[in-house]
Amino acid sequence: MSTHKIFFAGSGGQGVLLIGQMVTYAAMLEDKASTFFPSYGPEMRGGTANCTVVVSEKNVSCPLIYEADYVVAMNLPSLIKFEPLVKPGGVLVLNTSTTTQKAERTDIKVLEVAANDLALELGNMRVSNVIMLGALVRATGVVSESSIEKVIDELIAKRRPEMREINVQAFNLWKE
Amino acid sequence: MSEKVLMKGNEAFSEAAIRGGSRYYFGYPITPQNEIPEYMSQEIPKYGGAFLQAESELGAINMAYGAAAAGGRAFISSSSPGIALMQEGISFMCSAEVPLVILNVSRGGPGIGGIHPGQADYNQATRGGGNGDYKVPVFAPSSIQEAVDLIYEAVELADYWQNPIMIFADGILAQMMEPVILPEFKPEIKYEDIKKLKPWAITGYGDDDANRVTVKSLRMQPEDLEQHVDYLFEKYAKAEKELVRVETLGLEDAEIVFVAFGTTARITKEAIELLAEEGIKAGLIRPISLWPFPYNAFDQISDKTKVVISAEMSMGQMMQDVKIGIGKRFPIELINRTGGIIPTSLEIAQRASEILRTINN
Repeated sequence: MSTHKIFFAGSGGQGVLLIGQMVTYAAMLEDKASTFFPSYGPEMRGGTANCTVVVSEKNVSCPLIYEADYVVAMNLPSLIKFEPLVKPGGVLVLNTSTTTQKAERTDIKVLEVAANDLALELGNMRVSNVIMLGALVRATGVVSESSIEKVIDELIAKRRPEMREINVQAFNLWKE
Repeated sequence: MSEKVLMKGNEAFSEAAIRGGSRYYFGYPITPQNEIPEYMSQEIPKYGGAFLQAESELGAINMAYGAAAAGGRAFISSSSPGIALMQEGISFMCSAEVPLVILNVSRGGPGIGGIHPGQADYNQATRGGGNGDYKVPVFAPSSIQEAVDLIYEAVELADYWQNPIMIFADGILAQMMEPVILPEFKPEIKYEDIKKLKPWAITGYGDDDANRVTVKSLRMQPEDLEQHVDYLFEKYAKAEKELVRVETLGLEDAEIVFVAFGTTARITKEAIELLAEEGIKAGLIRPISLWPFPYNAFDQISDKTKVVISAEMSMGQMMQDVKIGIGKRFPIELINRTGGIIPTSLEIAQRASEILRTINN
């Protein structure tokens, strides 16, 4: 596939914008065209956050999408809003730690990842987003695993070196 | 050659202005361009420049007028209603022939409107929202890279034309991130050089016996004012020849020719691919300069074309220029959204396909 279109969605503070940026950055390191567009609006505590990422072998013409090859849903409102937007044959990565209902679609691949529970086992709830990212990258190959490790160095470890190891572990945790 | 970096639009715009030589930033907060004053407050002082948060947009434009009249390179940014408040200053600066780079990160209107992307400042930008006869060259980028390159160049262009230059962006370009190559820093202009480079600037008498210079827009004698307007319009006539920028795509055999600028042009490019999958050939005229508008590009439309469609985030403000460009050669239709809603590529493709079907029947 020459173009990958992705929605990352969750609630504010779950780190969905960060993992969206990480894929965009990794694609740039691979010399692919990539765009990241965050939803923006009046800021609210506990509000929803989502972003659109497009990665392409050719020039990205359109940074906005109306359907996605992949969706990463960190919570229930994201599942409800974005599950219908996955293309048939696409991938939905669902955080089952925060969602009380299952995905309904049968024409897409659903990866159930108990990201919050897994993150707690690793010792830091805040890496649940990177566990989800690991599942997305390994299931889809949108960017390579080694590119994401470089991005962890650039975007996370430069400011917080002590967070490098746990993020690498989190990224490598989920295996199909 | 610099390396690619991943930057948010607003931050890349700011960096481009600094690298192009802008050293004085005046602003007042407004979404969706707030990362610009934030970035400038941290970065521009590092290069010997000044950041100042004004008490209002009216304050900001007049501070920029002052800094630029003294020979400094000023850069200001705002969003639609804020740009509306600056119109008086823009008119004054055009009359006084003072350079400035103005960035409009436009949003939905009218009035205070909303904070989501819009293009309904087209008339304000291209016809002039201030009083009197004047023109402002306006460039509308459709990617962060193009915005960076245009802002960087606009710093020089403003000095060359001794006129404000406007960059017309939107909330999408400002808020999104994409890889960009930043241009090199332009050499610093020293204070001593300003007198030579800008003999019209108010640099003070100093120790030499320089002539008194005045920067003004008031001309009480009608003959004097008319002569000044004629002189300005000679300059604008030259700009109309030299500043036209346009991208065209697939005009040779297009059944549908779209006209779209900024982010809407990017979305339209994807709509063209969707139409191709249906077997419909579509082309694009993307005005990069909104004033001067690339009217001549419309001569390239072939007789195979059945309809010209203006795709905009406004009620068809650009369509008026499209009409001037094509005369009565082709029917013209509008595909648009307003209110801050961004049309999807699918929506544009479907509506265009319906329009073509209606025309063919």
